[in-house]
Amino acid sequence: MTAQSIAGPAIRVQGLKKSYGKLEVLRGVDFDVAPGSIFALLGSNGAGKTTTVRILATLLKADAGTASVNGFDVATHPADVRESISLTGQFAAVDEILSGRENLALVARLRHLKDPGAIADDLLRRFSLSEAGARRVSTYSGGMRRRLDIAMSLIGNSPVIFLDEPTAGLDPEARIEVWHAVKELAGHGTTVLLTTQYLEEAEQLADRIAILHQGRIIVNGTLAELKQLFPPAKVEYVEKQPTLEEIFLAVIGGIDKSEVTGTTTGGRG
Amino acid sequence: MNAYFFNDTVALTGRTLRHVTRSMDTIITTAITPVAMMLMFVYVFGGAIDTGSVSYVNYMLPGILLMTIASGISYTAYRLFTDVKSGIFERFQSMPIARSGVLWAHVVTSLVANLIALVLVVGVAVLMGFRSGAGVSAWLAVAGILFLFTLALTWLAVIPGLSASSVEGAGAFAYPLIFLPFVSSAFVPTKTMPGPVRWFAEHQPVTSIVNTIRNLFAQQPVGDDIWTALAWCVGILVVAYIFAMAAYRRKIA
Repeated sequence: MTAQSIAGPAIRVQGLKKSYGKLEVLRGVDFDVAPGSIFALLGSNGAGKTTTVRILATLLKADAGTASVNGFDVATHPADVRESISLTGQFAAVDEILSGRENLALVARLRHLKDPGAIADDLLRRFSLSEAGARRVSTYSGGMRRRLDIAMSLIGNSPVIFLDEPTAGLDPEARIEVWHAVKELAGHGTTVLLTTQYLEEAEQLADRIAILHQGRIIVNGTLAELKQLFPPAKVEYVEKQPTLEEIFLAVIGGIDKSEVTGTTTGGRG
Repeated sequence: MNAYFFNDTVALTGRTLRHVTRSMDTIITTAITPVAMMLMFVYVFGGAIDTGSVSYVNYMLPGILLMTIASGISYTAYRLFTDVKSGIFERFQSMPIARSGVLWAHVVTSLVANLIALVLVVGVAVLMGFRSGAGVSAWLAVAGILFLFTLALTWLAVIPGLSASSVEGAGAFAYPLIFLPFVSSAFVPTKTMPGPVRWFAEHQPVTSIVNTIRNLFAQQPVGDDIWTALAWCVGILVVAYIFAMAAYRRKIA
């Protein structure tokens, strides 16, 4: 069911504008995303990240400007765009009453694939959800839900995937799991447009980062390019204190290790 | 029309039907108000209401059935509202599917859920002494009218389901519909009502539908009531469908 991909940028956005009444959310947004890359749209709450994704996913019409995904204009060829994309929303839109397996099989059926049950079982395995597969999603933890959500958006191998704040509300461990999943995706040639308000997430994952602020892209480049916008680093000697996140992960990892080796010494390798 | 309309609607209906079968309490709640009304009227008020030679449970069952449907469709609005709110509605709309299948799945599920509730209520009525000598064709006619009424109210329920801003708002529109049978021929003959109330009762949809079903059950001629009833059902259906589709287009842009 995958639409033919074409040469040129996987996503092209030019002069995109959108207002809700008097509130101008997007005031002329431009960016390109190269095929097979991870592009992070970084911005605070209300910067217009979700509005941009909704326009690209054909859920919302822009007031002005153009946007194309996989070579198809979102306004004139929305059905072709929907053949090319997969959307994972800001609030994990999974069916709480169905089991994880049923959620996956439903999406496989809706994408008109053969043997939805086998596709579901395979994804449950890949996302370490096999044991929970038969349980209702309402019993899942936040991290499991998000893993299921991302697994659902992989069905059908869409060439372009939108991840709208994929790690919002997740604990550090679950966030790292999601990061691994996203990196794996891009490794297989999928184009990923990621929105996030976490600087570290953009730094970890993205090939290019664009900062959306008050409805405009104010910076767009690789991490190295963004770093050059600042004065050259000067050398200072500061005692390195572990961040709380490092401590948290070290302690969690330490417990796992001591169970395996029988020692009580903590810390990561 | 998308080539996958049928396939997609079946897949999505399977999903919403599971929502019903996995929370049977919604069916019980749908049936409980009409059943309570039926008990109250038959065993408390019924003795004081003169319905001629007809037994009171036979007299009031048609009105109770309409009340069941009115309370059932508030769950239709609720289920749709939850889908919109949770984001799964948007996930489906961003997929390469027949988009309107998402709505039709809710409509079909509403028809099935209401059918189960109606069977439940008729079962209780039989236990309470409801009897009808109606033949197969009369029962089919009753089923047809109830189907049309459910379909019309279901599309009406789609409007708040898509556009309500709170759960309470999504369900609240059903209350006036649940109470509409009170100001009709459902529980007392309209000729006992004072002028303006009687005029309203005799010209609102419930009365013609109730009279038609009652006459079908009693093997009496249905007269012009059946045409008035059908006109109301089709009229509500068409208007509700137009407004529901407008609300839907606003939602999917």
